Amino acid sequence: MSVIAEYGTVLLVLACVFGVFMAWGVGANDVANAMGTSVGSRALTIKQAIIIAMVFEFLGAYLAGGEVTSTIRKGIIDPAILTDTPELLVYGMLSALLAAGTWLLAASLWGWPVSTTHSIVGAIVGFAAVGIGIDAVDWARVGSIVASWVVSPVLAGSISYGLFRSVQVLILNTDKPFQNAKRFIPIYMFAVGFLIAMVTMVKGLKHVFADAGMALSYGESAGYATLIGLAVMAIGVVLLKRIREDDAAVLSRNRFASVERVFAVLMIFTACAMAFAHGSNDVANAVGPMAAVYSVIVNEGVIGASATMPNWVLLLGGLGIVAGLGTYGYKVIATVGRKITELTPSRGFAAELGAAATVVLASGTGLPVSTTHTLVGAILGVGLARGIGALNLSVIGTIFMSWIITLPVGAVLAIIFFFTFKTVLS
Amino acid sequence: MAINNPFTSLFGKSPIKPMQDHMTVACATAEELIPFFQAVTAGNWQDAEAIQQRIAERENEADDLKKNLRLHLPKSLFLPVPRTDLLELLSMQDAIANCARDIAGIMLGRKMAIPEFIQSHMQEFVQSAVDAANQALKAINELDELLETGFSGYELTVVENLIEELDNREHLSDKLEVQIRAALFAIEDDLRPVNVMFLYRVIEWIGELSNRAQRVGSRLQLLLAR
Repeated sequence: MSVIAEYGTVLLVLACVFGVFMAWGVGANDVANAMGTSVGSRALTIKQAIIIAMVFEFLGAYLAGGEVTSTIRKGIIDPAILTDTPELLVYGMLSALLAAGTWLLAASLWGWPVSTTHSIVGAIVGFAAVGIGIDAVDWARVGSIVASWVVSPVLAGSISYGLFRSVQVLILNTDKPFQNAKRFIPIYMFAVGFLIAMVTMVKGLKHVFADAGMALSYGESAGYATLIGLAVMAIGVVLLKRIREDDAAVLSRNRFASVERVFAVLMIFTACAMAFAHGSNDVANAVGPMAAVYSVIVNEGVIGASATMPNWVLLLGGLGIVAGLGTYGYKVIATVGRKITELTPSRGFAAELGAAATVVLASGTGLPVSTTHTLVGAILGVGLARGIGALNLSVIGTIFMSWIITLPVGAVLAIIFFFTFKTVLS
Repeated sequence: MAINNPFTSLFGKSPIKPMQDHMTVACATAEELIPFFQAVTAGNWQDAEAIQQRIAERENEADDLKKNLRLHLPKSLFLPVPRTDLLELLSMQDAIANCARDIAGIMLGRKMAIPEFIQSHMQEFVQSAVDAANQALKAINELDELLETGFSGYELTVVENLIEELDNREHLSDKLEVQIRAALFAIEDDLRPVNVMFLYRVIEWIGELSNRAQRVGSRLQLLLAR
C-alpha cells in the first residue's frame, strides 16, 4: 500500500511511457498488414493508406476499443485475489507491457512473425500464474481467448469465402461484369457502413455515451446504423459515377481491368473498416495494462472499485499508434504492399471485409484476436473460392509456430521483469 | 522490419502468367515454320538455316521457361487448379515447340526439297497447323480471365468456344493432311524413295503439330471441368 502512495505518480508515468511505446510498436509494424492489402492491390497510394490508417485506427481505438481494453485490464486476472496486494497488479501490468514491447521489438528486428495480442496475453498470464499464483488467472477466460485465435481466422475465412462467392455470382461470372459491378457494389458499401456503425453503437460506445448520459436501445442502434450505412453507400455511388468502362481496358489483354477499378473504389471503404477494426482490437493490447495501473493508483490501492476507464487512456493509445504510423509504419506498409501485388481489388475487398467484420465482432465481445492471423484466414477463404493464383500454405505452420513461441517467451520475460520490479521497489 | 511476415509470405507467385508466357514462346516457335517452308520452297538454304537457328533458340527459351515454372511450383502452394493438371498442360504446350524444332531440324539436315506438285498443298497445310497452335494460345491467354472469375461462370463459355474453334482448325488440318498425302502418292513413283519416305514423315509431324495444339485445348478443358 505504501509503495503506491509513495511512487504512485512515477508508476503511472512509467505505465504511460511503456503503453505508448507498445502502441507505437503496433502502429509501426502491425498496422502494415491491415493496410498493405489495399496498397498492394493499388486501390490506395501509400499516402492515402497512411491518412486512412491514422484517422480510422484512432477512431477504432477511441470508439470501439473499450471492451477489449477491459478484458486485458481485468478479464484475464481475477482482481479479487489481489485486494491485499494491489502493488503486485501494478508491477505485473508494467512488466507485461515491458515484456511484450521488448519481445515485439526484438522479433521485428530479427524478422520473426509475432502477434502483439499473443505477446501481451502470454505476458499477463505469465506474471499472474507464476508471480501471484495459478488461481489468479481466470483460466476459463484465457481458454475462450485462445479458442478465439482459432475461431477468428476460420470465421474470417468463411465470411470472405461467402463474399467472394457472391461477387462471382453477381458480378464476375455474368456477361456484363462492369454494369453489374456498378449495380451491386454499393450494397457491399452499405454493409461496411452498417457493420461498423452497429458494432460501435451496440458495444463500443458505452463509455462515450455514459459520459454524455445517453443510452440507445438495440432498435435505435440498428436504425442509426442503417442511416450511416445509407450515407456511406451514397458517398460510394458518387465516387463510382466517375469510373467509366473505357474501351482501352476492354481491348487490353484482360477484360476485367475496368471491373477491378470499380472494386478499387469499394476497397477504399473496406480499408477504412480494416483500420477501424484493427484500432478497436489491437490498441487495447497497449492501453489495457495502462488502464489497469491507472485505476489502481487513482483509487489509492483499492482494486475492483467501479472506476470507469478514463477516455484519455484510449486517446493516448490512439495517439501512440498514429505516431508509430507516422514515424516508421509507412515504410512497412510500402514493403508489405510491394509484396502482395498478386491480390486484385475484387479479392482484396472480400478478404478485408471478412477480416474486419470478424475483428470488429471480436472487439465488441471483448476478445483480443490477432488481426494479421484473421486476415490470413480471410485470404485463404478467398483462395478456397479459387480466387488467388498461388497461396503458400506453409504460412499456416508459421502461424502455429508463432503461437507456440510467442506465448512462452512473453510469459517468461514478464516473469523476469515482474520479479525485478518487485525486488527493486519493495 | 517485418521480413518474414506471415502475411506477405502467404502470397506465392501465380503460375498463370508464366504459363501464358511459355505458350507464347511455344507458338512463336511454331510460327517460324511458315517462313522456314517459304525458304525451303524457294531453295534458299541459307535463309532456311538462319530460321532453323531461330527455331532452336526459341525452343530453348521455351524449355527454360518450362523448367523455371516447374521449380516454382512446390507442393506447398495452394493453387486454384490442381497442380498436376497445370504441369501436364505445361508439358503439352512444350510439345508444340519440340515438334516445330524436329520438323525444321530434319528438313534442314536432309536439305529436303518439296516437289513442285505439292508445294501449294504444303504451304496451306503448314499454315493450318500454325493456325491451330495460335488458336490454342488464344485459349491459354484466357487463363488470367479464368482466374479472375474463379474458373467458373460466363468465362467458361468463352473458353469453350475458343476450344471448339481449335477443334475445327485441327479437323481442317486433318483434311489437308489427307489431301497432301494423296497428292504425294500420285507423284511418288517419280521421286527418290528415301526422299518420299521422309516427306511422308514430315507431313506426319506437321499433322502432329496441330494434334498437339488440340491436346493443349483438351487438357485445358479437363482442367476446367471439375
